[in-house]
Amino acid sequence: MNAQDLVARAQKWSKEQPWRLFGSQISILVRNEVRRNLFTRRRIWIYLLALIPALIILTHLIVGKYNVDVAQMEIDTQVLAGIVQLYYFRLGIFFACMAIFTWLFRGEMVERTLHYQFLVPVRREVLVVGKFLAGGLVAITLFETAVFACFYLTYARFGSAGKSYVFDGPGLGQLGSYLLVTALACLGYGAVFLALSLLFKNPIVPGVVIMGWEAIAPIFPAWAQRLSVTFYLKHLCPVSLPVIGPLAIFTIVAEPVSPFIAVLGLLCLIIAILALSCFLIHRMEITYTAE
Amino acid sequence: MTSDARQIVFKNVSKFYGEVLGVNKVSFSLQPGITSLVGPNGSGKTTLMNLLTGLIGPSQGVIYVLGLTPRQPIEFFRQVGFCTQFDSFPPGTTGYDFIYWPLRLHGFGRDQAAKLTNEALERAGMAQVARRRVAGYSKGMRQRIRLAQAIAHHPSVLVLDEPLNGLDPMARAESIALFEAIAKQGMHVIISSHILEEVDRISDRVVLMSSGYVVAEGQIREVRREVQDHPMQILVRCSNAARLAAAAFELDHVVEAKILNDGHGVLVRTRDAEQFYLLLNKIVSGGLVEIDAVAPADDDVNSIYQYLIGSDGGPA
Repeated sequence: MNAQDLVARAQKWSKEQPWRLFGSQISILVRNEVRRNLFTRRRIWIYLLALIPALIILTHLIVGKYNVDVAQMEIDTQVLAGIVQLYYFRLGIFFACMAIFTWLFRGEMVERTLHYQFLVPVRREVLVVGKFLAGGLVAITLFETAVFACFYLTYARFGSAGKSYVFDGPGLGQLGSYLLVTALACLGYGAVFLALSLLFKNPIVPGVVIMGWEAIAPIFPAWAQRLSVTFYLKHLCPVSLPVIGPLAIFTIVAEPVSPFIAVLGLLCLIIAILALSCFLIHRMEITYTAE
Repeated sequence: MTSDARQIVFKNVSKFYGEVLGVNKVSFSLQPGITSLVGPNGSGKTTLMNLLTGLIGPSQGVIYVLGLTPRQPIEFFRQVGFCTQFDSFPPGTTGYDFIYWPLRLHGFGRDQAAKLTNEALERAGMAQVARRRVAGYSKGMRQRIRLAQAIAHHPSVLVLDEPLNGLDPMARAESIALFEAIAKQGMHVIISSHILEEVDRISDRVVLMSSGYVVAEGQIREVRREVQDHPMQILVRCSNAARLAAAAFELDHVVEAKILNDGHGVLVRTRDAEQFYLLLNKIVSGGLVEIDAVAPADDDVNSIYQYLIGSDGGPA
């Protein structure tokens, strides 16, 4: 079969697919999953995980509101970079995504409700995409809000100087980068944990292994580093952290790549992991007694 | 499409959970109508239903439902409705939402989905409580709301795993009437139940299962014929029981003839019912005995089940 035949087949296949139905099914799945995942008491600890840094900065703002030194702004910019890179990427988003995305399928197995999803005329690939997007929407909404709150509170205490840093200086660009990186982190970790939940009955242990891998990936060869989510995120962070002490392993950039390549690389990694999830979902069986 | 587009076909289907047998080498095909899966707990009824609907995959063999497989979910699940026996629901859902949203996933628009939802709720007798949360329903109501969801999209194949569990007598009668009405429209209704008398009454055919094997399959009377070597019981009400019993004993295939306590009838156990009926005809035409009534005493699912696997089949 030559390339022309292959293209013709792909076009024929594409024309035969009910794309509009897929679209409406995905929007319904997203709606239902968001209601199920976002507005529930079970998720309170995730809200706390996301908002703890903002609450600390708010306390700092209230306590130190009569002692504002503009020279402190540069240090606070570094602190904010540390909060995003060390807390959110390594802990907050990581564990929140572990909870949100592993629950999408494994949670339904625990609650014995997954069979309802398998008994409707929805392709399982569509189910994976719908659930992934729903999880992504929840995680992104939560952490973008949290990062935005941290950013706002960090510069709000400096009054006009802070305003000037944001609107006339590099502030707005940094905020844009943080929001982009946060969204990519949510989707990247989300894809990983979705796949893990389809591979393992208890994805917690493999999740911890992934956490270890993300931490030590920088000491591995360049090709291996590309299999880590933080490899791509680090290249997109607008403020570099000083490389000091044992935490340096989290901040060093072994082989710099352009932001465009970093975004594209991470999106490719996400698509590859989702493709794996689509393959795995076909092997999934409803055997609640084994859970 | 590799099989009859009106049949449900199992071809040499086996399912193993590791080393544990689910079902083994199951082969049969079902025509439209009501089919009952009967067997004790662990006999493989639910496994068979889960295989049929793709909730689990076969270790061996193939299954076609109206020529389709669950690997074509869009076409397949428009034809198939499955009321499982899992008594669990998405948290916080109301009865209405439980039916409405799956219909939207079928591709129905808002109005059409709402219309079908209300229709299904009416048919299941759940319209009055549809806006309440399912978590507050009684067991019977939960059973009926699952049934409503299974029938809402008007499937051609309705699979019901223990659908009468938890229903009060009136709801049970209504459900049975509903199954019969669906079957009369030329659809497949596949029911598993341990309430043998009820499935016996409504079934067109039975599939008897034991330890993962299909031990008999077909119309109840056909299945009975499959067990020819086991004597069949025939109850004869007559004027002269002693004479009838004596005549019956002269036949080789009659293994027992027991006069009833009231003296007005005989319970005959025979390996050849047709020959015995011929004898009865002779007796009647000879005027020796006046026959009031003749009826097979064990031509129901429960008796057949006892013959085949030495168990009464339930409760599951």
